[in-house]
Amino acid sequence: MAKHETPLLDQLESGPWPSFVSDLKQEIESRAKNEKGVEFQIPQDVCEDLLGILELSYKHGRTHWKHGGIVGVFGYGGGVIGRYCDQPEMFPGVAHFHTMRVSQPAGKFYTTKYLKDICDLWEMRGSGLTNMHGSTGDIIFLGTTTPQLEEIFWELGHNLHQDLGGSGSNLRTPSDCVGQARCEWACYDTQAICHDLTVEYQDELHRPAFPYKFKFKFDGCPNCCVASIARADLSFIGTWRDDIRIDQEAVAAYMGGELPPNGGAHAGRDWGPFDIQKEVIDLCPTKCMWLEGGKLKIENRECTRCMHCINVMPRALRIGNDRGCSIFAGAKAPILDGAQMGSLIVPFIKVEEPYDEIKEKVIEPIWDWWMEEGKNRERLGELMKRQGFQKLLEVTGFKPDPRMVQEPRHNPYIFWKEDEVEGGFKRDINEFRKFHQR
Amino acid sequence: MAFVSSGYNPNKPMENRITDIGPRHFEEFYPPVIKNNKGKWLYHEILEPGVLVHVSETGDELYTVRVGGCRFMSVTHIREICEIADKYCGGYLRFTTRNNIEFLVDSKDKIEPLKKDLASRKFDGGSFKFPIGGTGAGVTNIVHTQGWIHCHTPATDASGPVKATMDVLFEDFQNMRLPAQLRVSLACCLNMCGAVHCSDIAILGYHRKPPMLDHEYLDKMCEIPLAIAACPTAAIKPSKVELAGAKVNSVAVNEERCMFCGNCYTMCPAMPLADDVGDGIVIMAGGKVSNRISAPKFSKVVVAFLPNEAPRWPSTTATIKKIVDAYSKGGNKYERLGEWAERIGWERFFEKCELEFTHHLIDDFRDPAYYTWRQTSQFKF
Repeated sequence: MAKHETPLLDQLESGPWPSFVSDLKQEIESRAKNEKGVEFQIPQDVCEDLLGILELSYKHGRTHWKHGGIVGVFGYGGGVIGRYCDQPEMFPGVAHFHTMRVSQPAGKFYTTKYLKDICDLWEMRGSGLTNMHGSTGDIIFLGTTTPQLEEIFWELGHNLHQDLGGSGSNLRTPSDCVGQARCEWACYDTQAICHDLTVEYQDELHRPAFPYKFKFKFDGCPNCCVASIARADLSFIGTWRDDIRIDQEAVAAYMGGELPPNGGAHAGRDWGPFDIQKEVIDLCPTKCMWLEGGKLKIENRECTRCMHCINVMPRALRIGNDRGCSIFAGAKAPILDGAQMGSLIVPFIKVEEPYDEIKEKVIEPIWDWWMEEGKNRERLGELMKRQGFQKLLEVTGFKPDPRMVQEPRHNPYIFWKEDEVEGGFKRDINEFRKFHQR
Repeated sequence: MAFVSSGYNPNKPMENRITDIGPRHFEEFYPPVIKNNKGKWLYHEILEPGVLVHVSETGDELYTVRVGGCRFMSVTHIREICEIADKYCGGYLRFTTRNNIEFLVDSKDKIEPLKKDLASRKFDGGSFKFPIGGTGAGVTNIVHTQGWIHCHTPATDASGPVKATMDVLFEDFQNMRLPAQLRVSLACCLNMCGAVHCSDIAILGYHRKPPMLDHEYLDKMCEIPLAIAACPTAAIKPSKVELAGAKVNSVAVNEERCMFCGNCYTMCPAMPLADDVGDGIVIMAGGKVSNRISAPKFSKVVVAFLPNEAPRWPSTTATIKKIVDAYSKGGNKYERLGEWAERIGWERFFEKCELEFTHHLIDDFRDPAYYTWRQTSQFKF
């Protein structure tokens, strides 16, 4: 007999897509039976009360969670989000239901050994409910009580060699695409730099000293599978400067219909025979490719590396060899001043260990500026809008480059600085008056 | 429920404390075939929906079976994933950015038994535990936020609308009939933890009523200057309110200026916004993050408001289905939803998708608004 009737949520058990309600119910059952004799450290019926309070939200059309309280582990200002429900008498099991963010490994590969250890820990000391993964990338532990926070942190550190992730006004846990681990298009090792910067900047990640959140995300190529350009304050997008490598035999095989275009991505519909002119050459945004004597030619200097031709013919075309990344600054979701995409600040930089140039010439000068000038809850992108792109150039020392803009400015209202104008701004009015009467 | 110590001593919190070690090193988790071929991959192919092969210059092949997952997941479910990975994949697996689970095997003959097993597993309620799909020119998993399950500011639920939407789009998760990939995302308020603002289709929770003011408690629960400073439109000012004969410090809200963002509520719990009829869903469309062919694009608001209809949000899912079907019919091969809308014109988009265009859809928020108005005589009748 269920503790709470949930007629609304029960309707989400049908249909083909995996039902989170069914999953929650199987966890309820598992905790109730407790076949393994787990010494639960938070209420055994926590999942029942979660289901119950969610049903109440479905009935009321409103959430029943209150603001986070100030909870955390000693010495950290992030990684734990306090959460309390507003109906603790009805749902005592979730009266205290804090979230912990666990820093995920780069690339999100796992051994089952590690995941099972995580599950054992979280079943005993928390609700047994997770997000795999949160939007930023962390493993999310959903729901535990305050006394368990230090215990979980201790076990994570001592037994799982694993730290918490970021929350609040600090560096959020960086994340990356699958990268060179399983992708032929990755222009740099996204996992290596993601891990290196995460470890290097642990202090910034755990102890809030920033005006607001700050995110790094690493996309191995311009296809942008982790959406860095839309959501990372610093977005690292793989690119190359030399020529696309062409295998003309494979080009011919695509043209002859022997290889499926776009790696077979369009197999669900009959789009007719592959037409390289229509599907590749005519869709190239810079029109830098053409056929000559049955061979594909590319004017690489005109290529903007959009990936379309490579996506369509992965066996014929490969990324260049002189690889690195472009860095974009200031992406964010709409709050407060509207959504922003990352703006190009570094057209090309090599991505090589120990990443000193990226750390010392890009990340740290930008942080220094933002920490000095940023207002409370102002993201980097908003500071860039408020103080201007020029200021970003000034603090990083990068030279202005037409690649950094879509087009030059529409107005001539240039804020000339005194040292840019011959003779400076100080003039003698009396000298002027000798030639110009009042 | 006796307390079990981990070893932590609350009287000496610094004793043997381990901090700042970061995540586990990714190389510990690479299956051998990844370790041996990292950076050496030559090409890949989608063999069928949800099944990929990657071929290395060493001659090694890696087969991936991708299945949809709820990002909300119990340890029981994770253990089942582990059991499958132990049985077929040598104890390795990975998750994708979009909450899919990937089972990796190193030879072709291992795919069929794995697929068969995955497809056979169902929850008691009847839904698939591990639906195979999410590749190529189809719909992949929806990335989303917490919603009513764990957040204090949502204007809608997350897991529920996602389940309802994926049930409706399920065929396109397991097929590749669309002109290009179609990415759907959900954020349960405009703070957008999920950053849905560059998605082909975004489902966004939105409040439509200004905050209520709990005058009696406001000054006790909140730092009034922080609440005032939190407002992006400067709609909040300090005020004195007469309450049971006494004057109390509180705030006043200029309701005409409120954009319902809930930033004040984040700073001040005595200013709740949530409302059963005020809250609901905005549908946005035509965004993307890829640089392929055209530049990344923001999603545009195409439906200003749909009510929260728990448990299955039928108006929302029907609207999304209409958009997907119109795009499927009209889009050229390789054309993303936003590229299709731009090619045919947004006036035509509303016609094809049978969506009403209302004044709410014309931007009036600060400078960027002007750049969205039409400044050419070129338009379609």
